[in-house]
Amino acid sequence: MNNEKVIQVEGLTKMFGNFTAVNTITFEVEKGEIFGFLGANGAGKTTAMKMLIGISNPTSGKANIAGFDVFTHAEDIKKNIGYMSQKFALYDDLTVRENITFFGGIYGLSRKRIKEKSDALIEELGLQNVANKLVGALPLGWKQKLSFSVSLIHDPKIVFLDEPTGGVDPITRRQFWGLIYKAANLGTTVFVTTHYMDEAEYCDRVSIMVNGKIEALDTPKKLKEQFKAANMNDVFLKLARG
Amino acid sequence: MVKVNITQMSIKVSNISKSYNKVKALERISFEVKEGELFGLIGPDGAGKTTLFRILTTLLFADEGTATVADFDVVEGYKSIRNSVGYMPGKFSLYQDLTVEENLDFFATIFGTTIEENYDLIKDIYVQIEPFKTRRAGKLSGGMKQKLALSCALIHKPKVLFLDEPTTGVDPVSRKEFWDMLKRLQEKGITILVSTPYMDEAALCDRIALIQGGKILEIDTPEAIIKHYPKPIYNVRANNMYQLINSLNDYKHNHSVYPFGEFVHYTDSRTDFNPEDLRMYLEAKNLSNIHIEKTKATIEDTFMELAK
Repeated sequence: MNNEKVIQVEGLTKMFGNFTAVNTITFEVEKGEIFGFLGANGAGKTTAMKMLIGISNPTSGKANIAGFDVFTHAEDIKKNIGYMSQKFALYDDLTVRENITFFGGIYGLSRKRIKEKSDALIEELGLQNVANKLVGALPLGWKQKLSFSVSLIHDPKIVFLDEPTGGVDPITRRQFWGLIYKAANLGTTVFVTTHYMDEAEYCDRVSIMVNGKIEALDTPKKLKEQFKAANMNDVFLKLARG
Repeated sequence: MVKVNITQMSIKVSNISKSYNKVKALERISFEVKEGELFGLIGPDGAGKTTLFRILTTLLFADEGTATVADFDVVEGYKSIRNSVGYMPGKFSLYQDLTVEENLDFFATIFGTTIEENYDLIKDIYVQIEPFKTRRAGKLSGGMKQKLALSCALIHKPKVLFLDEPTTGVDPVSRKEFWDMLKRLQEKGITILVSTPYMDEAALCDRIALIQGGKILEIDTPEAIIKHYPKPIYNVRANNMYQLINSLNDYKHNHSVYPFGEFVHYTDSRTDFNPEDLRMYLEAKNLSNIHIEKTKATIEDTFMELAK
């Protein structure tokens, strides 16, 4: 694997009053790596991720994302990363093509580039027949794949996926992971939060947050060995329950 | 009120169909749940799970077919069913502006009972949220909401409990606790029908129905469903996952290729498959560190094979 570090986090901390939501976390993610960011509800995942994507100021520590400092260049970070979440993804009352055009425009792509990207993306996902249909009418699995592809429209160095694949059938989920593998293989770093532990198994490395701290960080294989667990779910239970 | 006799079945579903305009949500669904059984409906969003729950809890009419719950017909005996079942919908449906205690008291009163009368049944669950009993339900964390919703569904001591995706969006620790609670409720004689999109939860049920696109793919115990998987299945690993998946998909003898964490689950279409052939093929595709070994099918493998 390439050794270029696209996420460098050192002692990153976020406090709300006296409450330490994220407590001096330190880690690095390489170019093209699929990195799983796990933790129980309330462990501090979302707060940490908000700092990484430049929408929440850290209390202390350092973080460099896609070559930019989170304290001084938050706007540059936003332009150089992609973001997808199950909760907020695409506009249901715009068509497939309109959604792509809209997000292409947001990221400052030229009209010509948007056209090229739209055509390529629609073909790759096999959406030719529904390109002019409202996104709201598409099955959930299609929406998720489209949403992921749209998050890559500006060729970001890193894409952040916030619980991306809840609820879809196992075959569609694997197609989704096929897209993730492809993006990673082309050099995009993929940062995923999930509490589906079977998804954690797909990641190159995973970190597990407990009460604001990263308590474990390694490949799924090594974590399973370390915690003498059959799967990531057992690793998680052992860690989070103490 | 029509009382249907004969069975020791808590739930009997016979040829139930339901459409919304042109969309067939359920197509001729039939199954039975025994008294005291923990029965799982396993399937993705859009499989028809919620529609089925709504029919069985008398909130929706089926287009065709019949069903009984606790020996009452879902159409004619709807009032009796409503008194005999607890229902926890997938969407949090308690009063967000009432406190924890007010919600519980409200549901107890509606069913003509009191918190004290059935406290034993909910005690294990309720003690975990009791410290927050003056907090508004809307301000609770996901795990606590789930415990409150379960307490409210149980407060009138139902014979049958319907839980529609109770663990969706809940972290693994809370999920584990929730399933432990279900096991304890089952020991108290309550029949439980639970739906989930998480295939790994299937193993925790006595019997399961795999459901997709409004149709039941298979019904059996989790062990039997795994045992019925028709082919030898192999774990395959190599140095590059993406290239491995592509190469396997291009292999003309493949029957199925599904990523499973650090491995790909592979089945071959030939009856005389020799893994060495596959190894040579993958080596010719410039993959290295190739690892092929037989593995056991999971519920998810079976689901995908049936849904193919």
